[in-house]
Amino acid sequence: MDIEYFLELFFSGLTRGSIYALIALGYTMVYGIIQLINFAHGEIYMIGAFVALIVAGVCTIYGLSGFAILILAAAIAIIYAAAYGYTLEKIAYRPLRGSPRLSPLISAIGMSIFLQNYVLLAQTPDYLPFPRLIPSFAFMDPVAHIIGSAELVILITTLVTMVLLTLLIKKTRVGKAMRATQQDLSMARLVGVNVDRVISLTFVIGSVLAAIGGVLVASYIGQVNFYIGFLAGVKAFTAAVLGGIGSIPGAVLGGLIIGWSESFAAGYFSSDYEDILTFVLLVVILIVRPAGILGKVRKQKV
Amino acid sequence: MLREFKQSLLIALWFVFLTFPLMVVRVNTIENVVVWRWANILWVAIGAFVLSYCWRYMLARRQRQSKKAEEGIDTRGPLQAALDNVQLRNRAMAVLLALAVIFPLVFDTYQTSIMVTALIFVVLGLGLNIGVGLAGLLDLGYVAFFGVGAYTYAILNANFDLGFWIVLPIGGVLGCLFGVVLGFPILRLRGDYLAIVTLGFGMIFKVVMENWETLSRGPSGIANIDRPGLFGLEMTLAQSTVYIYYIMIALVILTIIVTNRLKNSRVGRAWIALREDEIACVAMGIDMARTKLSAYALGAFWAGMVGVLFAAKTTFINPAGFTFMQSAIILSIVVLGGMGSILGVILGAFILVLLPEYLRAFSEYRMLVFGAAMTLMMIFRPQGLISNLRQIYQYKGSKDSTAHDG
Repeated sequence: MDIEYFLELFFSGLTRGSIYALIALGYTMVYGIIQLINFAHGEIYMIGAFVALIVAGVCTIYGLSGFAILILAAAIAIIYAAAYGYTLEKIAYRPLRGSPRLSPLISAIGMSIFLQNYVLLAQTPDYLPFPRLIPSFAFMDPVAHIIGSAELVILITTLVTMVLLTLLIKKTRVGKAMRATQQDLSMARLVGVNVDRVISLTFVIGSVLAAIGGVLVASYIGQVNFYIGFLAGVKAFTAAVLGGIGSIPGAVLGGLIIGWSESFAAGYFSSDYEDILTFVLLVVILIVRPAGILGKVRKQKV
Repeated sequence: MLREFKQSLLIALWFVFLTFPLMVVRVNTIENVVVWRWANILWVAIGAFVLSYCWRYMLARRQRQSKKAEEGIDTRGPLQAALDNVQLRNRAMAVLLALAVIFPLVFDTYQTSIMVTALIFVVLGLGLNIGVGLAGLLDLGYVAFFGVGAYTYAILNANFDLGFWIVLPIGGVLGCLFGVVLGFPILRLRGDYLAIVTLGFGMIFKVVMENWETLSRGPSGIANIDRPGLFGLEMTLAQSTVYIYYIMIALVILTIIVTNRLKNSRVGRAWIALREDEIACVAMGIDMARTKLSAYALGAFWAGMVGVLFAAKTTFINPAGFTFMQSAIILSIVVLGGMGSILGVILGAFILVLLPEYLRAFSEYRMLVFGAAMTLMMIFRPQGLISNLRQIYQYKGSKDSTAHDG
């Protein structure tokens, strides 16, 4: 067993996994509060990546360079993803509160298809090359064959984002309102939490995380397409279910497990079936432990 | 008035902001040129402004209707009321059938061929309707069963030279079998998990077909599949198309009769009960696993059958024909037409298949419109274009009984 090869796969799995985790957090937070699979979440991630690409492209042509572009592109992508997430909730989900469970789900699938084709028509069906915004650091050279600069940046960014998110949820007033809404929506409303605003905020936070993931992935992989959100979304959702939907550490754990299993499976066996490995994992976990690894088994009350 | 105007103006501005980078800017990262499409701003602004008025009007209308429904006032439109009239409905069906029979005699091969495609989607819609509409099991990988049928015929035909009529039931049974095998482990899951797992199955099918070259010949697909035979008669393409058309009509009629009978049967009632309230249903002594499984498997059966026919019609299949988009189209047929309603699903299939076919300019926007339509239908008309007619048992003695449960 070649240890360097193993480490390389380990870190590439970790990088992928942390991105899945970023997206999975959006699913898990929304599901925790309104029990809806936000199918269009993957599309928010894709829009984030696309906006970043456009901003980066314009900036490059108008002569900005390097780090400034990365910051500017990421910031604008985050703003737009948040705006899309907010609007999405207002249009497609809010009018459906209190309708049968299937309705918001179908609405979400509709929005997912709509947003994909909106980007397809407004931009292009082709893959666009994404500029490499993350610079290569000289100090990374000795270990560059195991872990690249881009991977390091992704890992650090993800870590910081997650710490910030945890602080937001655990320490702030808003976070407390979110936790209260998650536990019991109508009770939270009774004690004076503005539930509508909390739900909007959840969508905004989820979208921001997805946009961060989108920008990082796009500059790591180097290309963008209107369809990237679909597969990434499905995988991230699997990550959320794997870890236990509704649980934030669970989403991170699930993302990492999926990242590693994909990376090792592709590295040691074959990448032909890479994309469906996730689904096999999903089916197995749902049969063995439907609540997920860190999820609580909730008794259904009548 | 002024308030509404202001509101719409703000919404228009918001959408201009929202769509700005994607609609206005187009970057070519290879040649480093930016195209600015300023005119799009205007369209977005006007569109958002007008639509926001429609949106508010529709929301208000929805509220009024739900209030009326609470007070027990009949809110059905004239068309719906006419369709709920069983006698009228049967007559309309008879006329439609007559039209369907003479269709290939009047129109040319091309039109007939398009009609066959529409009919294939009718059967697919009706099959999915069993799962989604009646039993409330959202299946996003339905196209996989369709693919199972198509590949069954293609493989058996290419390797063992089996004919269409032998494989047709085999395809159905195999689809059904796949439904049972795949359905068994996941039926304990709640609705939304089921959706994502079935989505996974749909993708697994495609990827397996792409990679298992010895069985499926990989991404290049299987070509030269035999058309359906008729006692060894030699047929031209045109004749064969007409022949397939009549097979398809027969299959559609069979599907309609079976699903209609099923709907009002013991198991059909169990499906509907399960959809409405799972816990109450189980408490009433219905075997949940068996009921769900039967819905899932029966849906898969029709998809398998029609898959065989699809392979025979196109004579060429490859994995790219069985993507999530196909599943999404079938789902939107069911949603648009009306979940649980047979007539609705038929109408939905015709709208979704024929409209893009005849409005070529529009076909590019097809999926965009379908996606938006799915969301809008859920918000403003969740029962679909033609809502489901539930069997009504009326007390013969009372004359003014207009009670209607739907």
